[in-house]
Amino acid sequence: MSKQKIIVVGNGMVGHKFIENMIEHPDYDQYEVVTFSEEPRLAYDRVQLSYYFAGKTVDELMLTSPDYYDENGVRFIVSDKVVNIDHANKKVVTESGREESYDKLILATGSYPFVPPIPGKDQEHCLVYRTIEDLEGMTASAKVSKVGVVVGGGLLGLEAANALKNLGLETHVVEFAPRLMAVQLDEGGGQLLRSKIEELGVSVHTEKNTTEIVAGETCRYRMNFADGSHIETDMILFSAGIRPQDELARQFDIEIGPRGGIVIDNYCQTSAKDVYAIGECALWDGKIFGLVAPGYNMAKVAVSHITGGGLAFEGADMSTKLKLLGVDVASIGDAQARTPGCLSYTYADGHAGVYKRLVVSADNKKVIGAVLVGDVEAYGNLLQMMLGDIEIPGSPEALILPSIDGAAPALGVDALPDSAQICSCHDVTKGDIFEAVKGGCTDLAGIKSCTKAVTGCGGCAAMTTQVMNAALTEMGVEVDDSLCEHFSYTRQEIFDIIRVKGIKSFDELLESYGQGRGCEICKPAIGSMLATHWNEYVLDDKHIGLQDTNDVFLANMQRDGTYSVVPRIAGGEITPEQLIVLGEVGRDFGLYTKITGGQRIDFFGAQLHELPPIWERLVEAGFETGHAYGKSLRTVKSCVGSTWCRYGMLDSVSMAVNLEMRYKGLRSPHKLKMAVSGCTRECAEAQGKDVGVIATDKGWNLYLCGNGGMKPRHADLFAQDLDDETLLKYIDRFLMFYCRTADKLQRTSVWMDNLEGGLEYLHEVIVEDKLGICEELEADMQRVIDTYECEWKKTLNSPERLKRFAHFINSDLTDDNLAYVEMRGQAKGRIATDEERQKQAKGVEIETVELV
Amino acid sequence: MSEWKDICKLTDLAANTGVCALHNGEQVAIFLDGKEQKVHAISNFDPIGKANVLSRGIIGDIKGRLVVASPLYKQHFCLETGECLEEPENSVKAYQVRVEGDVVQLQA
Ligand SMILES: Cc1cc2nc3c(=O)[nH]c(=O)nc-3n(C[C@H](O)[C@H](O)[C@H](O)COP(=O)(O)OP(=O)(O)OC[C@H]3O[C@@H](n4cnc5c(N)ncnc54)[C@H](O)[C@@H]3O)c2cc1C
Repeated sequence: MSKQKIIVVGNGMVGHKFIENMIEHPDYDQYEVVTFSEEPRLAYDRVQLSYYFAGKTVDELMLTSPDYYDENGVRFIVSDKVVNIDHANKKVVTESGREESYDKLILATGSYPFVPPIPGKDQEHCLVYRTIEDLEGMTASAKVSKVGVVVGGGLLGLEAANALKNLGLETHVVEFAPRLMAVQLDEGGGQLLRSKIEELGVSVHTEKNTTEIVAGETCRYRMNFADGSHIETDMILFSAGIRPQDELARQFDIEIGPRGGIVIDNYCQTSAKDVYAIGECALWDGKIFGLVAPGYNMAKVAVSHITGGGLAFEGADMSTKLKLLGVDVASIGDAQARTPGCLSYTYADGHAGVYKRLVVSADNKKVIGAVLVGDVEAYGNLLQMMLGDIEIPGSPEALILPSIDGAAPALGVDALPDSAQICSCHDVTKGDIFEAVKGGCTDLAGIKSCTKAVTGCGGCAAMTTQVMNAALTEMGVEVDDSLCEHFSYTRQEIFDIIRVKGIKSFDELLESYGQGRGCEICKPAIGSMLATHWNEYVLDDKHIGLQDTNDVFLANMQRDGTYSVVPRIAGGEITPEQLIVLGEVGRDFGLYTKITGGQRIDFFGAQLHELPPIWERLVEAGFETGHAYGKSLRTVKSCVGSTWCRYGMLDSVSMAVNLEMRYKGLRSPHKLKMAVSGCTRECAEAQGKDVGVIATDKGWNLYLCGNGGMKPRHADLFAQDLDDETLLKYIDRFLMFYCRTADKLQRTSVWMDNLEGGLEYLHEVIVEDKLGICEELEADMQRVIDTYECEWKKTLNSPERLKRFAHFINSDLTDDNLAYVEMRGQAKGRIATDEERQKQAKGVEIETVELV
Repeated sequence: MSEWKDICKLTDLAANTGVCALHNGEQVAIFLDGKEQKVHAISNFDPIGKANVLSRGIIGDIKGRLVVASPLYKQHFCLETGECLEEPENSVKAYQVRVEGDVVQLQA
C-alpha cells in the first residue's frame, strides 16, 4: 500500500502540533508529511514571543528543528507561501512555482493582526506584533524613538505595551472601548488594572477613536482622535485584534464565515473534500479561537479523523490567567455576567489593589464566571469548579473572600473527575497526572518532563502539585523525604532546626533529633549545613568524621585513590609569576597537568603524603584552596570584558573576581558554578551556570539556576539592568535561600524545577521580600564571608592534622597499587581498564572525573 | 596465645574516622567508633573500586550494622565482619584489633 500524503500549509504553533501528533501516532509509517511555511523558519513559540525582549533568543523560542523533521521523514519548505489549491487534481502550488500533490490537505494558516483603516497607517514606524521579524522591526524602531503608542488595550496590546516599556520608550495605550481588556474583564476589574498599569508609568487613554496619523510637532507622528484630542508619538504598534488568515479558502471555493474564518465541522473538516482547517484560521460554531490550547485540540482531532479515530472538537474554554505588566489578571467563563438570571459577588480591596468578582448561576449553586485582578490564587479552584460543574460547597462568597483565619476554603482536588483538565496549554488532565505518578514520577520535575504540564504558561503549577500529592497519597506512597534512616526530617527542616536551636555539631543534632550513628548520606549533608550556617573549620575534631574523603584531605580523590589538586584562580585571572609557580609545582611533583573548564589548573596523581608539601609551595606563592573538592562555590568564569574587548560593556573580570572572592568557601547543598560575561555575546557561557551575570549597556542582567552537564538547563533571566550593589544583594539572598531550602545534593536547576511557584515565586521572595527574610539571608551570608579562612593554610599550621596525610599510620612506605604510563609527554597518565569503563557506563557517579 | 603487634597511638585516630596501617605486608583500615570508643579493622582494599581506600570512607550504621561506605562507589562494608552489604561476594577480610593502654594493636 502506498503512503497517504498529507500537506500542512503553515508551520505555526498548531501546524507543528499536528505534525508532532502524526509522528507520535502508531500508524505514522503509513503517512508522508510535507509542510510549507511562509515565514523563514519552522514553528516557534508565539505565546512566549514577548520573552524575546527579556533576553530569550530565537533559538530558544523554536518549537522544532530541521533535524527533528529530517529524522522523522517530514519534508519542509520555508519562505514559500502556498498560493493555489487545485481541488480537482488535489495539489497545491506555491509562490515560487513549486507543485505538490496531496491526499489530505491541512490548512493551519493562523491569523494576521488587524490594522484599522486609519489614514496614515502605512508609514514607516507603524508596526504590528506577531512574528519574530516584527520583533526585530520594533527593536530597530525603538532605537530611533522616544515615545511609543499601542493601539488596542486587550491582552496582546498590554503585552506589547510591556515590550515597548522594556525597550525604554515612554509608553501609551490607546483603547477604543471604555476599559482595558474589554473582552475578559468587567468594569471594576478593568478599572483596577488601569490604575495599576498607570502606576507603572504606562499612560492609558480609553474611548479614543483614532481618525488619522499625521506628521507630529514634538514627535515623529501625531494621532488625532475623534473627540478632538491628540497624542504625539514616534512609533505606533497596532494590536487591535486578529483576523483569520483565510485567503486560500476565499479564493479557492472553501466555505468561510460571514466575517471570515474557514468553516469547520466537529472533525475539523472544511466544506472541501479531504481539506481540514485547524488553529486560528478555523471557524467552529461561528467562533474563532485566539488561543493556542483550542488549536492544539483541533490538531489532535484532525489527526484522529485522518487516522480513523473518533475524537471530535467540542469547543474550548477561553478562561485565561496571566501577568500583564507585572499585574496578575484572570478571567473565567462568563466574566461579564451576561447569563440571564445569574448572580454576582464582588470583593475589592483598594489598599492591596485586589479586585475579585464571582458570577454564579441563578440558583446560587454553580460557578459560571469570575474576574480576578491583583490576586489570582483562586483561579485554579474556580476554573475547575466551573468546568467540572461542581456544586459550591458552602456559601459562594467564601470562594473569593480572603481567609481571615488563614484557612483558605479550597476545593480539594479529590472532588475533581479524572477528566478535569489541569494544564490547558498541553491538555493534561488529572487522570494523566495520576498515571504519571503511578508510572514513577514522584516529584514536580518528573511530572513536568513526562506530561509537559506546567511547561506552557505555568499557570497550573500549584494545581498540578496538589494533584500529584493526592495521587501519591492515594497510592499509599508516603512521601518520605526524610534525610535517611537516622533522621526523619527533610533537609530543609534540619536546616531550620540548626538555625533556630543554634545547634553546632552533628552529635548534638543526632542526640536530640536522630537515631543510631548516622551514615554517609546524613553526615556529609549535615556537615554541609553546619558549615553553611556556622562556617567552622571542616576538619575540626567534631566535624571531620562527617566529611567525604575529598573534604577530609581537601583534594579530589581519583579512581586509583590518589588526589587532584586545584588552587583558586579567581575569575581565571593569573599573573605570569603565579603561572610559573604552578608549572614548577606540577613538574617537581610529577603531576599530570590539565586546564579545567572553569578556567583554572588541575594537577592529578598526588598521593596523600604529597599534598602538604604541594600546598606549602602553593600557599607560599599566594594561592588559596580552590574548593574543587567541596559542595561549594567552584569557579566564576569570565570573559575578558570591557578592559580589553572591543565589545565589552562592563568589566566582567573584576565582577567575576569580586563574586568568587565573596562566595568562596560557602558550603552549599551541591556544587555551585557562576560566570560573568561582558556583553550579550556571552563568551563566558553564563546562562549555563547556577548564577550567570551578563553586562548590558544599562547594568547587569542576572540569570539563575542554569546547568551544563548531563541534563543541561538554560538559566532563567531573573532581573535586569542591576547596579553592582543590587546584583550582590540578590545573589546573597538567592544563594542563602537555596542553601536553606534545597534537598541534599540538589543542584539549583532541579531545585528550581521543583520550586512551587517557580521563577515568579523566587522573584517574590528575593526582590519583593514576600517572606520578610531578606535581611536575615543577607546577614547569614555576611557571616560566611566574614569568617572565611583558607582551609589549606589553616591545615598547614596544624601538625596534628598533617599527620593524617600519610598513606600508612605506621610506615613511610606508599601505596604500591599505583601504576602509570607516559602519555603525550606527561609522566603520569592512566588508561582506564575495561572494568573501570564498564563501571562508568553503568552510571555510578564518579565525583572526581570532573575538572572544575 | 596469639601475639599482638603495636600499630599506633589511640590518639592518632580521630573519632569516627579511619587510618590505614601496614601489617604483615597487608593494608589494614582501622576505625574508631566514637559512640562506643571501640576500634575495628578490615582490609583497606576496596574490591569493587579496586583501590586501597576503605580507611578514607565515612563510617556509620545501616539497619543497626556498623559499616564504612567506600569513598569510591559507596558500597557498605561491615566493620565487624568485612562483609559487603550490597555485594556479599565482594566481602573483605576482617582483622582482630584491640587497644592496650593507649596503643592500638593488631593480632600478628
Ligand atoms: C504576542 C502574542 C502573544 C500571545 N500570547 C498567547 C497566550 O498567552 N496564550 C495563548 O493561548 N495564545 C497566545 N497567543 C496566540 C497564539 O500565538 C496563537 O493562538 C497560535 O499561534 C495559533 O497558532 P496557529 O498555528 O493557528 O497560527 P500561527 O502560529 O500564526 O501559524 C500560522 C503560520 O502559517 C503561515 N502561513 C499563513 N498562510 C500561509 C500560506 N498560504 N502558506 C504558507 N504558510 C502560511 C504563517 O506565516 C504562520 O507562520 C499569542 C499571540 C501573540 C502574537
